[in-house]
Amino acid sequence: MTKREITYLEAVREAMSQEMRQNEDVFILGEDIGVYGGAFGVTRGMIEEFGPERVRNTPISEAAISGAAVGAALTGMRPILELQFSDFITIAMDQMVNQAAKTRYMFGGKGKVPMVLRTPSGSGTGAAAQHSQSLEAWMAHIPGLKVVQPSTAYDVKGLLKAAMDDDNPVVFYEHKLLYKTSDQVPEEQYSIPLGKADIKREGTDVTLVATALMVHKALEAAAELEKEGISVEVIDPRTIVPLDEEAIINSVKKTGRLIVAHEAVKRGGIGGEIASMIAESEAFDYLDAPIKRLGGLAVPIPYNPTLEKAATPQVPDIIAAVKETVQNK
Amino acid sequence: MVTKLSLPTSITDEKLKDLYKEMWLIRYFDEKVDQFFAKGLIHGTTHLCVGQEASAAGSIAVLEPKDKIVSTHRGHGHCISKEGDVNKMMAELFGRETGYCKGKGGSMHIADVEKGNLGANGIVGGGIPLAVGAALTSKMKKEQYVVLCFFGDGASNEGSFHEAVNLAAIWDLPVVFICENNQYGMSGPVKDMTRVEHIADRAAAYGIPGKIVDGCDMVEIMNEVDEAVQYARAGKGPTLIEMKTYRWKGHSKSDAKKYRTREEENEWRAKDGIKRFKETLLEAGVLTEDEAKVLQEQAKQEIEEAVQFAEASPEPSIDTLEEDVYA
Repeated sequence: MTKREITYLEAVREAMSQEMRQNEDVFILGEDIGVYGGAFGVTRGMIEEFGPERVRNTPISEAAISGAAVGAALTGMRPILELQFSDFITIAMDQMVNQAAKTRYMFGGKGKVPMVLRTPSGSGTGAAAQHSQSLEAWMAHIPGLKVVQPSTAYDVKGLLKAAMDDDNPVVFYEHKLLYKTSDQVPEEQYSIPLGKADIKREGTDVTLVATALMVHKALEAAAELEKEGISVEVIDPRTIVPLDEEAIINSVKKTGRLIVAHEAVKRGGIGGEIASMIAESEAFDYLDAPIKRLGGLAVPIPYNPTLEKAATPQVPDIIAAVKETVQNK
Repeated sequence: MVTKLSLPTSITDEKLKDLYKEMWLIRYFDEKVDQFFAKGLIHGTTHLCVGQEASAAGSIAVLEPKDKIVSTHRGHGHCISKEGDVNKMMAELFGRETGYCKGKGGSMHIADVEKGNLGANGIVGGGIPLAVGAALTSKMKKEQYVVLCFFGDGASNEGSFHEAVNLAAIWDLPVVFICENNQYGMSGPVKDMTRVEHIADRAAAYGIPGKIVDGCDMVEIMNEVDEAVQYARAGKGPTLIEMKTYRWKGHSKSDAKKYRTREEENEWRAKDGIKRFKETLLEAGVLTEDEAKVLQEQAKQEIEEAVQFAEASPEPSIDTLEEDVYA
């Protein structure tokens, strides 16, 4: 495959465009995704290529556009819904949770809802409390929704292809601070299966499971810790539903230590689920130290940049947590 | 003297007879369900449409097989009218494996996707955006089908109504919004919950036609819905139709009906859509008294058979609990 360096944002756009060129049933709908190009510019240029029928600029109506995506999916289309900020999923919640997630089961297996809800999440842009949340654990709690959190340009392209090919609703979180990061990405289409974790860095002393932006902070921390002779294995689950439990279990059996780091509020976050999963698994007997969770503080994301940073785990927090964990030798 | 009925051309005399029987099927189905609940033979809850048969039967009568409907929690009538199978419906209410949803959905989630029934819905107003999405598919894939979107007076106060009707209007989607105004959202009288006199008046807010229809008059319903369906099929966009109707029974099985009077109930019972349709058909010479009796009796019999089918059907295996879950 021919690779070249492109950004995460370009990889999202390329994944959609390539799919739309070959599948007439795929279309995008969302607010300001037309000539404006979307709140973050992801769809820029797409309306020019695909026209307003397939790049549907919608009114500011999250309940209606999410429901329209579900209804269109149920009747044979494969919609991609872009929500400007993942915080707005609160307004689309009925359609995602009560309709999209449950339709197949409620209908006794008849009817499928092949849709992707793409949405930027996370803090770090100074957009404050209503435009900075990480609500993926809510979605992960609902049987019937798949939840994806890509951390690199390579992953985002392959995972989006898999999400678009899936016959079930997928909530696809794009971290807004990752849009400008770049990576070697194949020009051709490729698919990364949902439910397959990626070991972003191999290590032997501690398993560090991190999601989305936190993967990069974990890698930065791991590089620092290496200088001090501590070997950190960084695992990116890539999808939290389905969760690649096996990859995490195997890693913990190897390292005997587990830290989970995510940006979402720690209370009720996916870190608790991963920690419990390990506690209930065969890996429990291999643990040499208590499991640690790093997550956002239970505060609305503040506006002031210093406060905003302090609300979510940063590299020094990860380093400190790793050191504390490996002390238990 | 025979009065010639003025009806859409798709409505033949044979179809009128079928519709008369269909209305009885709906009534007998729901009366049977009511009895079973009273006796504790069915569990959970249900919402009966006794008294509202005409709005389901008359609206769906003018559709083509390829057309679709989106129904509500009070959806047994819609399902029956959209060629629903009363055996599978009754089996679903009994929670049996042979039911529409393999016993996992119950009354509020009956759907018949193959026949174009995109399902009842347990969320008030939840189906309105879905109907708009289904209409979007019709337009994008040039499938030429129209979606009838049923909802109640209560749902018209949900945000989803406003958002979805506006979306359908700006995109000229082939959907007909049918508000079955049965005067109460659970216990809330429409006149206390809505300031406009008619819900159809809200059509003006979306720049689409609004119509007020006597929801107990089959002939008026068929003509008005047909016009809206033709309008939608021609690509002109949605219409909002308000059917003035009444549910004879309570909101759900546990309703003491303290919020309305018995006098009011009797006034509406006198407007019975089935009785009026029968009189119309007799007067027009489409039906004789004897034929009417036979059709009614057939409907009753079919419901009895549905009960037998449901009772004889197996419970779903516990192994099916996690079937059809993919995440």
